Amino acid sequence: MPKLTIDGIPVEAPEGATVLQAAELAGIEIPRFCYHERLSIAGNCRMCLVEVKPGPPKPAASCALPVCEGMEVFTNSEMARAARKGTIEFMLVNHPLDCPICDQGGECDLQDETVLYGEAASRFREDKHAFADKDLGPLINTRFTRCIHCTRCVRFCDEIAGVPALGMIGRGSSCEIMPWEEGVLQTELAGNLVDVCPVGSLTNRPFAFRARSWELTKTDSIDIMDAMGSSVRIDSRSNEVLRILPRLNDAVNEEWIGDRSRHFIDGLLERRLDTPWARVTRGAALRSVSWEKALEILRERVEALGDAPKVGVIAGDQTDLETLTAAKDLCAALGSPNMDCRQDGARLDASVRAGYLFNATIEGLDQADAILLIGSDPRKEAPVLNARIFRRVRNGQAAVARIGVPTDLTYPVTELGNTPGEALAALRAGTHPFAEVLRSAKHPVIIVGQGALRREDGAAVLNAARDLADALGVVREGWNGFSVLHTAAGRVGGLDLGFVPGKDGLDAGAMVQALGSGSLDVLILLGADEFDTSALANRSTRDALVVYIGSHGDAGAAVADIVLPGSAWTEKTATWVSMEGRVQRTLRAVSAPGAAVEDWVAVARVARALGHALPFSSVEDVRARMAAINPLLGTLWTLTPAPWGAPFGTEGAVSAEPFTPAVPNYYMTCPISRASRTMAACVEALSGTEDERTGTDG
Amino acid sequence: MIETNTAAAGTAPFAFTPENQAEARSILARYPKGREHSAALPLLDLAQRQQGYVDRSAMEAVAGLTGLAPIRILEVATFYTMFRHAPVGEHHFEVCTNISCWLRGSDEVLRALRDELGLDPGGKSDDGKFSVQECECLGACVNAPAVRVGDHYFEDLTYDNTVALIRKLRAGEKVVLGSQTGRVGSANAAGATALAGRAS
Amino acid sequence: MLQDKDRVFTNLYGFEDWHLAGARARGDWDNTKALLDKGREWIIEEMKASGLRGRGGAGFSAGLKWSFMPKTVGERPHYLLINADEGEPGTCKDRDIMRFDPHKLIEGCLVAGYAINAHVAYIYIRGEFVQEAIHLQTAIDEAYEAGLLGDNACGTGWKMDVYVHRGAGAYVCGEETALIQSLEGKKGQPRLKPPFPAGAGLYGCPSTVNNVETIANAPTILRRGASWYTSLGRENNHGTKIFCISGHVNQPCNVEEEMGIPLRELIEKHAGGVRGGWDNLLAVIPGGASVPLLPAALCADARMDYDGLRELRSGLGSGAVIVMDRSTDLVAAIARLSRFFAHESCGQCTPCREGTPWISKMMARMVTGDAEPGEIDVLEDVTRRMEGRTICALADAAAWPVQGLIRHFRPELERRIAARKDAPSSSAAAQ
Ligand SMILES: Cc1cc2nc3c(=O)[nH]c(=O)nc-3n(C[C@H](O)[C@H](O)[C@H](O)COP(=O)(O)O)c2cc1C
Ligand code: SF4
Ligand code: FES
Repeated sequence: MPKLTIDGIPVEAPEGATVLQAAELAGIEIPRFCYHERLSIAGNCRMCLVEVKPGPPKPAASCALPVCEGMEVFTNSEMARAARKGTIEFMLVNHPLDCPICDQGGECDLQDETVLYGEAASRFREDKHAFADKDLGPLINTRFTRCIHCTRCVRFCDEIAGVPALGMIGRGSSCEIMPWEEGVLQTELAGNLVDVCPVGSLTNRPFAFRARSWELTKTDSIDIMDAMGSSVRIDSRSNEVLRILPRLNDAVNEEWIGDRSRHFIDGLLERRLDTPWARVTRGAALRSVSWEKALEILRERVEALGDAPKVGVIAGDQTDLETLTAAKDLCAALGSPNMDCRQDGARLDASVRAGYLFNATIEGLDQADAILLIGSDPRKEAPVLNARIFRRVRNGQAAVARIGVPTDLTYPVTELGNTPGEALAALRAGTHPFAEVLRSAKHPVIIVGQGALRREDGAAVLNAARDLADALGVVREGWNGFSVLHTAAGRVGGLDLGFVPGKDGLDAGAMVQALGSGSLDVLILLGADEFDTSALANRSTRDALVVYIGSHGDAGAAVADIVLPGSAWTEKTATWVSMEGRVQRTLRAVSAPGAAVEDWVAVARVARALGHALPFSSVEDVRARMAAINPLLGTLWTLTPAPWGAPFGTEGAVSAEPFTPAVPNYYMTCPISRASRTMAACVEALSGTEDERTGTDG
Repeated sequence: MIETNTAAAGTAPFAFTPENQAEARSILARYPKGREHSAALPLLDLAQRQQGYVDRSAMEAVAGLTGLAPIRILEVATFYTMFRHAPVGEHHFEVCTNISCWLRGSDEVLRALRDELGLDPGGKSDDGKFSVQECECLGACVNAPAVRVGDHYFEDLTYDNTVALIRKLRAGEKVVLGSQTGRVGSANAAGATALAGRAS
Repeated sequence: MLQDKDRVFTNLYGFEDWHLAGARARGDWDNTKALLDKGREWIIEEMKASGLRGRGGAGFSAGLKWSFMPKTVGERPHYLLINADEGEPGTCKDRDIMRFDPHKLIEGCLVAGYAINAHVAYIYIRGEFVQEAIHLQTAIDEAYEAGLLGDNACGTGWKMDVYVHRGAGAYVCGEETALIQSLEGKKGQPRLKPPFPAGAGLYGCPSTVNNVETIANAPTILRRGASWYTSLGRENNHGTKIFCISGHVNQPCNVEEEMGIPLRELIEKHAGGVRGGWDNLLAVIPGGASVPLLPAALCADARMDYDGLRELRSGLGSGAVIVMDRSTDLVAAIARLSRFFAHESCGQCTPCREGTPWISKMMARMVTGDAEPGEIDVLEDVTRRMEGRTICALADAAAWPVQGLIRHFRPELERRIAARKDAPSSSAAAQ
């Protein structure tokens, strides 16, 4: 560890660190534009120049200069300040003076540095040159005249998103950022470009001109648009969510989020359930009613079904643990074993935690050297996680193979075919060379996707995957590479809570069947929309009842008899478990519209209407109950490795039936994103492009 | 300028001719295995020789052969000034106006082109035979002023000999390459002051 | 004056056959094996002792540069890269070596390649030099045919391959790391140093970049011995140099001369003198477009070597001597160079990308005097803000000519500004 001094402060920095990084260790921030921690070093903006001794009598770019023993660095000497001043002047000569109309205003690095190093008046008497804007799709606005040519966006596309979509073409003063193809960026991570751009050249298109950063109320929360549990910040004003930004979290999302997680927000305002709806009698039209009336109709209609109506609950993908706890207790009170948090029919086994967690952990992927994907498309299911895999592969540190639909994951993949039974057997028998790759890897990972589990033989696939993991040493001392990739933010919490059928209970599919055939009387859908609801719409003439609790008028509400308005996740402080098993809490950023309530309250009201009041007077009571059911759920933010050992899944044959994609359309996976015009615009922009043709349709 | 979308460019897709495919293979063989990227410049040059300019379709072809992303080829094709994005005249005059040529009369060369062809830099004759462009130092400074027409240099130009050159080109006559004053190489035209004994 | 017997480039003018037979008759490829047999150490030491400094502009000791290459070849092969980009305005010497004396360069590739443990040399030649590339390739083919290159080059057992790689029009690719980027199929944008090419150059492998003239000198130096070379020129500035004398002389030409030859002697002996006589001289740019000019007064005693010109706050650069007589619009001449650098900036560094067009535009106004008197200082200050703050020296190269102009001809700039202000038509012209 070389020792050096920076502005007189002694610093010890790791071998290979740059002066800029060493300064950070000493608490000194050197201004920079092109340098970005997670991107390769370009050293082109020349903002980070410092004076270094010994060395030539000219300033050095600290972002690119490795530290060495005995170095003396001056970040604020005459030479350093003069250099910075010069750079700022050069940056501004062709930069428009349009801060008042620039969306970056208030959070612009150039603005900040200009305040520190800019001159009072410009000495530039020539005409400024301007660049034409480019269409980068529905999420990004360009104002390329403001571009400072730092090439962060180009490097982001190449190095993080894994799609070489942008370049800096031309040379000299005619250099400009250019996409190969206009109108679309073929990545699910495009929104991050706006954060990466240090000036107002790339801005958030849906957010354009909507607010100034300082007017926004900022709420730290957790993303639930996929199952990663990314850290986000919700920016709101006047009870409206205007923007979502990633928060730094090295263990999970680093500083990125997927486009759905950032840009679904207009969907929060569309198709909202802000009042209860009910059908007074079967077949009648849904009418907007008061809570009292809705619950009354519910009670009456349930009473009409007889003394001990058979009730079932299906939880949706975004159901929080408070709601699940209340629903579980409701079932208990009713003596019903019919509950399920796997609306898609995934044959996940709730009995062994290691059997449904992403045990390798997201951060653990940074060590992975061999990865087998079984029925998973991480690019569509968790794009930020896919970026981690891409980074490993790009650096030549990991090899990836897949059993499943061959889609473009942004990195080379050894295709083992989409005949699951055969491919799994070949690996198990060691007849495919990738078996050896996994076996000899230091940190092998098997990722099992929902595409492999939501099928007849899902439990057999799960079992076979486990068997493979054991056989190839994927789970070993200090390392568990067996990882289930979830697409539903509420799924792991549901499994942790045991929100699965009890003894002789019906699973989600069976409940839907049973309601249709008359052996189930009441089906409660907790924001469950991602299954074929037509069976419910066409149910038999019996007066069986569907109750929908949720935030959006989507597929589930359409077939319900009683619709009770719940809250979207931005509107409640609620608990979720990420696919890694991290118990996390969202924070309420805005309040729910109209008569909508937190979903657990809606469940409690239903319970009372059915004559089984739950003993919860506050959310704290619910959380206490939750922790009582599973103590793990009382521990926020930490990760507890799940013990390996007990078998899971079901032994059996895996069929030749190909896996199907779990997320056929990245932009629309839940009622909120389906309601979002921005997401619809993304789908539109991508339609007809190559990605679409060779992608999920294949 | 370059179109960003292939559809907008609307040209027939580019494909290397069989001879040029063979040439492309020999170009690729000059670089170590796995370093096919290095062939980007020579392959773009080959495409330009075949088609007269490089468009997006040609860039895609080169991207395919080198394994580079098309955007990387677009970057390269717009960085280097020898790549053209639209057809030029059959005789494309690139007139050096940098210092040594300017000091010795590149303005006269431009004047000759203007008078004889009616073309200013950037211009192209209606019959497509001639086009004119200013260029930076050609590296023929002691034989200034110089122009490059295709693969050849014409040097020691004056107003008159430029006019004569144009007329010959127009008439399809054979022209003398290099110095237009009969000078050998870069020796002192009045008699070599070095290596004089070797002059034949 | 240098005698023909001490000239390295004996076919500089193409008076003789440039093919292998002609080259052999001039002594090239004469028992090259014997040179290699003396071993790498000897070659490098002899080159160091000769004092040969890089002829591409920076003047770094060639032998020393070779000695920076790893002594043994590890996993990564070594590469020899020949800089034949020759784009510095005023410079046209490498062209003559390649078209008339290509075998000297190719033999140099073998010797240097062997010395630095490289089996492969790429000659990066500027794209416009199509004919020169053809000559080079022909000569290379001849050398292979004769067993001088290839698996057993010159019977030494050393495998040596030489390839020609054509550029495509970018002055900055003459900068060694930009050359490497370009050779890798990328934009020619200079790389950050460290790492230096000797550590991580082409494909991340140890590489040495040398100018054509530098490498072509090597075989002759090794044959005739370092002491012969040091007998020419003065301490620290030894040997011969090809000068390119262009502009306002009676007979522009290239000539190989002894280092340190007085500028006046060079011009008068070889280029027929300044047009209109020595007294008609206004200024000389003694080392290519990148170096500050010398006003006539300083030219009389200028010695044409690294130290001689450095003392005059200019430089030997590439050895391009651009002569301007009193008829020259000197401001326009420097403005033309500013325009050149703006055109050639690769665009990555802010000070260069923004600064080169800025000074070019200011210089264009200076030509007509369309400026405020205070803008001369702004111009000077802008060049100072570019200098030394970029990845490569192109920004410096753009700054220095302007600084030289202001240093020596400030009154002329002031005169123009004043004249325009005074001219009765100026306000009308402005409208
Ligand atoms: C902008 C720029 C352009 C250059 N152009 C050339 C060139 O055309 N030819 C050349 O040999 N060196 C050129 N150089 C110098 C090279 O970077 C390098 O120093 C040289 O090739 C080393 O060879 P040498 O040591 O044999 O001189 C240039 C440098 C800069 C900064
Ligand atoms: S100084 Fe100019 S030419 Fe050199 S690297 Fe920087 S921008 Fe490119
Ligand atoms: S941050 Fe170092 S040069 Fe840009």
